[in-house]
Amino acid sequence: LLHCGSIPSQIMKWNGWGYSDSRFLFNKKGQAEFTGKRYRLSGMIIPGLKDWFEGTFGANLQHKTPPTPLLTNTAVPPATLNEAFVEEVKSTGIPFSHDAEDRVFRAHGHCLHEIFALREGKIGRVPDMVVWPSCHNDVVKIVQLACKHNVCLMPYGGGTSVSSALECPPEETRSIVSLDTSQMNRILWIDEKNLTAHVEAGIVGQDLERLLNESGYCTGHEPDSMEFSSLGGWVATRASGMKKNIYGNIEDLVVHIKMVTPQGVIEKSCQGPRMSTGPDIHHFIMGSEGTLGVVTEVTMKIRPMPEYQKYGSVVFPNFEQGVACLREVAKQRCAPASIRLMDNEQFKFGHALKPQVSSIFTSFLDGLKKFYITKFKGFDPNHLCVATLLFEGNREKVLQHEKQVYDIAAKFGGLAAGEDNGQRGYMLTFVIAYLRDLGMDYYVIGESFETSVPWDRVLDICRNVKARIIRECKDKGVQFPPLSTCRVTQTYDAGACVYFYFAFNYRGLSDPVHVYEQVEHAAREEILANGGSLSHHHGVGKLRKEWMRDTISNVGMGMLKSVKDYVDPNNIFGNRNLL
Amino acid sequence: KQFTSHKDPMLKKRDDFEDILEERRTSSDLRYALRCYTPVLYKGVTPCKTSVLKSMVLQSDQLHYVINQVSKESGRAADDVREEASAILEEMAHSLQLSTVRFFAFMLSKVFKTLFRSICVNEEGIQRLQQAIQEHPVVLLPSHRSYMDFLLMSYILYTYDVALPVIAAGMDFMGMKFVGEMLRMSGAFFIRRSFGGDKLYWSVFSEYVKTMLKNGYAPVEFFLEGTRSRTSKSLTPKLGLLNIVMDPFLKGEVFDVNVVPVSISYERILEESLYARELLGVPKPKESTSGLFKARKVLSEDYGSIHVYFGQPVSVRSLAEGRVNRCQFNLVPRHIPRRPSEEIQSFVNDSAYRLVRAQEENMVLKPWVLLASLLLQNHHQNRAAGQKPGMALDELTTQAVWLRDVSRQYGAFLHWPDHTSPSEVVSSGLSLHRALVRVCEGRVQLAVEQGVYLFEFLAVVVLSCASYRNQMLHVFVRPALLASAIHIASSNQKQEVFNSFSFLRNMFSSEFILCPGATVQDFEEACYLLVKTGVLQVTQQEVLVTERGHRTLAFLTSMLDPFLQGYQVVCRFLCEEDTETLTEKQFIPAVRKFIVNHLLAGRLRYAEVLSSDLQKNALAALQRLGAVRKIKGYVGFHHPCVPGWLD
Repeated sequence: LLHCGSIPSQIMKWNGWGYSDSRFLFNKKGQAEFTGKRYRLSGMIIPGLKDWFEGTFGANLQHKTPPTPLLTNTAVPPATLNEAFVEEVKSTGIPFSHDAEDRVFRAHGHCLHEIFALREGKIGRVPDMVVWPSCHNDVVKIVQLACKHNVCLMPYGGGTSVSSALECPPEETRSIVSLDTSQMNRILWIDEKNLTAHVEAGIVGQDLERLLNESGYCTGHEPDSMEFSSLGGWVATRASGMKKNIYGNIEDLVVHIKMVTPQGVIEKSCQGPRMSTGPDIHHFIMGSEGTLGVVTEVTMKIRPMPEYQKYGSVVFPNFEQGVACLREVAKQRCAPASIRLMDNEQFKFGHALKPQVSSIFTSFLDGLKKFYITKFKGFDPNHLCVATLLFEGNREKVLQHEKQVYDIAAKFGGLAAGEDNGQRGYMLTFVIAYLRDLGMDYYVIGESFETSVPWDRVLDICRNVKARIIRECKDKGVQFPPLSTCRVTQTYDAGACVYFYFAFNYRGLSDPVHVYEQVEHAAREEILANGGSLSHHHGVGKLRKEWMRDTISNVGMGMLKSVKDYVDPNNIFGNRNLL
Repeated sequence: KQFTSHKDPMLKKRDDFEDILEERRTSSDLRYALRCYTPVLYKGVTPCKTSVLKSMVLQSDQLHYVINQVSKESGRAADDVREEASAILEEMAHSLQLSTVRFFAFMLSKVFKTLFRSICVNEEGIQRLQQAIQEHPVVLLPSHRSYMDFLLMSYILYTYDVALPVIAAGMDFMGMKFVGEMLRMSGAFFIRRSFGGDKLYWSVFSEYVKTMLKNGYAPVEFFLEGTRSRTSKSLTPKLGLLNIVMDPFLKGEVFDVNVVPVSISYERILEESLYARELLGVPKPKESTSGLFKARKVLSEDYGSIHVYFGQPVSVRSLAEGRVNRCQFNLVPRHIPRRPSEEIQSFVNDSAYRLVRAQEENMVLKPWVLLASLLLQNHHQNRAAGQKPGMALDELTTQAVWLRDVSRQYGAFLHWPDHTSPSEVVSSGLSLHRALVRVCEGRVQLAVEQGVYLFEFLAVVVLSCASYRNQMLHVFVRPALLASAIHIASSNQKQEVFNSFSFLRNMFSSEFILCPGATVQDFEEACYLLVKTGVLQVTQQEVLVTERGHRTLAFLTSMLDPFLQGYQVVCRFLCEEDTETLTEKQFIPAVRKFIVNHLLAGRLRYAEVLSSDLQKNALAALQRLGAVRKIKGYVGFHHPCVPGWLD
């Protein structure tokens, strides 16, 4: 039997987020706990979650919506195989499968509608076959055969897409082959003189960091999905990492890319750090979302591991002050590795996720802090918001940097609120996707989406999009007030990245996913009308295609189309993303 | 969504009224003026001090930008320009003071009780307004028929404990030093009538309004019609301020703005004869020159009741839905003033028309309005036929009952008392308006001295009556245009009738509120109403008048006839007179003289054609249709319009 990548698919959920052993549940006492051993929160009781969950959504632990437990093979449409292609692949010795489970696993990303359908046991068009190339040359062979036999190839990395990018186009009549890059997961070399590493594109984030750490290095690229998402996927979607303030986004990290296309292999001839050789061909590859070819190998910048890391947090009296502080930090170009600002709703949410405190002393301290902030400093608990910080570097510089940032924060009424709150904020990033699965057990569905926006628009877009979500839910007949919250997750010289979280209790709705999609659509319209971008780092996929033309103009569309037409005239890479 | 034209006007649901003077007549005015007043503001913000508001305006990005721009262009020091901006703001800004409001509350209670029988307000509308104020910034758009309007508005809002508005007022009030300051302290802010090229002024003004609106410090109130309508017809809306208040929504600075049309209907307008004289260009009668309230006569008369209807709040967001692409503001910093795009201009214009129509729809019509229409028509027909003047009282009553039923079918908001006999209703209407009509030997006629042919006096009475008739024009204007179109069309062919309709509609588009570009909808609406009421049969090809439809049709055509005749006589004037050297200023006196001659010679029946309003509208129409060209004319601003320099 095959081994599917460094993370065998058996240890992953087939109809939810992440590892099978890690999930939130309400135990017999009605207390929330997080199972497994992988995370800081694992094995802990979270006493505040139940009340927050019931209070925020009007949900009830008696009203359950459990998922269909097992995948039934009969629900999966039979594979349409291109026999000649299969024969030739077989002769190359590259592993492949048309097992139903393997195909279903690679037929989706993590959009709400995709997971919702899986939980209900509904399976649409899925790939007819999965191949596992183990190196660049395997990919070259597969692409050649696909061209020869006219089969449709869909590259698959970590499967963490939230743009419907992995959905098989239902109108596709050819055999669809999912090209799983998970076996291409080696670091081929590390160049300590130039601080670069040459890596196969199928490697997932946590493995890349772990392996580099063994040699004392890191890339510093940490998207929220880094446990599961792959290097090739980052390149194909123009990913962004939490610590981009130090290390840069994927476009800043990449030195060299090798991609296999139906026209052949595209790559540059050298690894010069910057070139003036016409438009950068890397920028045709980055963000191409699997429509042009398969990224097989990437040379990336690496850095020595930081000697010191410190979390931190600041409480602001309100969101406006918090945004003003982030803007000032960006202006002075002194942003820590990460700085994020949560709004009041998210602050409360974070608060509800506090694990059971171990000692009376801690709870006493918490009480004291709360008293100091709300009573002594006069912060309104319904308006205050919190920024989480992560500093990295050598100890002395970190402490100096920390002081600088806290001084700026103080000018905007910000109060330092401890390392612990900061660290919990970042941990939340990794478990929030698990929380969605818990919600879905109890009639609550939700999703997050992001945008980037100029500084002067940040407050307006946050207010308007949140209000639009609430208004649309009401108009669409949602019976309970939704959770509509946001946070500023990245700062730039000229603007910020804003994340929206949105969830509601769908009891009483006949087609909750449709309602959900309508609301998300309206929210995206609102984002665009308020000067926000179509996407900061999630990509376009098929979910946001309809807005591409308005986003990049007719000529822009024509440019991209003509590249596609040249590189892939027969639409072998037929996932139909982007254009 | 409130606006999707009510296909069936009969189904229009309106709220009930409550008389707010009733309580005033039984309890202490002083206590009322001193009572606890704690209105709720937008999202619970606290009211903002005038000085804070002013400094917010002066420190705004927009003003900062314009000050620098003006300084660069004119070579003046930026501080100097800032001083000027600050002075403009001083001159403009309101300084709402509760003590002044209380003073007005006391005084107005006394005055209102003397002048009016009742002031009726739809309480549900107040509740909707209260709700709207808490959710979004609110703009109040009352109709404008009297100087009374804005004091009345604030009085009502004070009574119901609703946040007091700040009101855009014309600078002319400032002429009356004391009154001006009093009004300022009751919430008025003052804008110059013309400042076309002054970008600093424009910028201070728009920033001032937007700052108040965006922060929800107070509802902003202004008159969409720009000035008081002297004819009781709604005026073509002015767009300047509407542009400004929609801007924060369009630029995403607020989630939404709620616009609340308010319809104020007076049973008898205080300025009744003043308006008529103004329209005729004759000097005002002596007693009112020294001010409205000094005139004993005014205070001693009965002005009936006032109805104030607070309409459904209209969300600017839903108006703009699918009409305006808000992305157009993405590429230039929002504080840099720019001329609105064509898309925005046409959106604001359409919205303005819809809002004026919303005002019209909720205007309460009193039975007297029907009587005035019938008496006027009768007056002109009799003059033509040379019959005995006036109309038998019972004949008038019968016709009034007929017209009552017809107008209700057409959606009029008619206030005809339910449990009173028609003859009582008629006589009470006549007695309130005894300055205009009298009953003599069982006949009702216009109050013109028998035998003494006082031409000027007759014209005043006719124009006054016409202004009451005009109150119901909005109910009938589309059917009346269709009726006249059928009358003038050469055949019954639907296309033919439509063409005539379209021509008339186009010609009268400055005379009546007819939304630009809605010819087909208006035609369909008119057909629908006339078919539904059994006046017409409309097939694919033809438009046919039914047997019983003739009476309605005759009524409708007579309603429009004075206007048709008026436009014709203006045309004749332009053809016959030497207009080579005619300046715009000379036009009105010249055409008036021409019309007087025609009237005296009996070539023209309608004295109301003497209205300078009609004459101006006719000239504007002819200009619009390309029949008349202005070579080099003086153009006056009557309302802040978007100035051209913003390009």
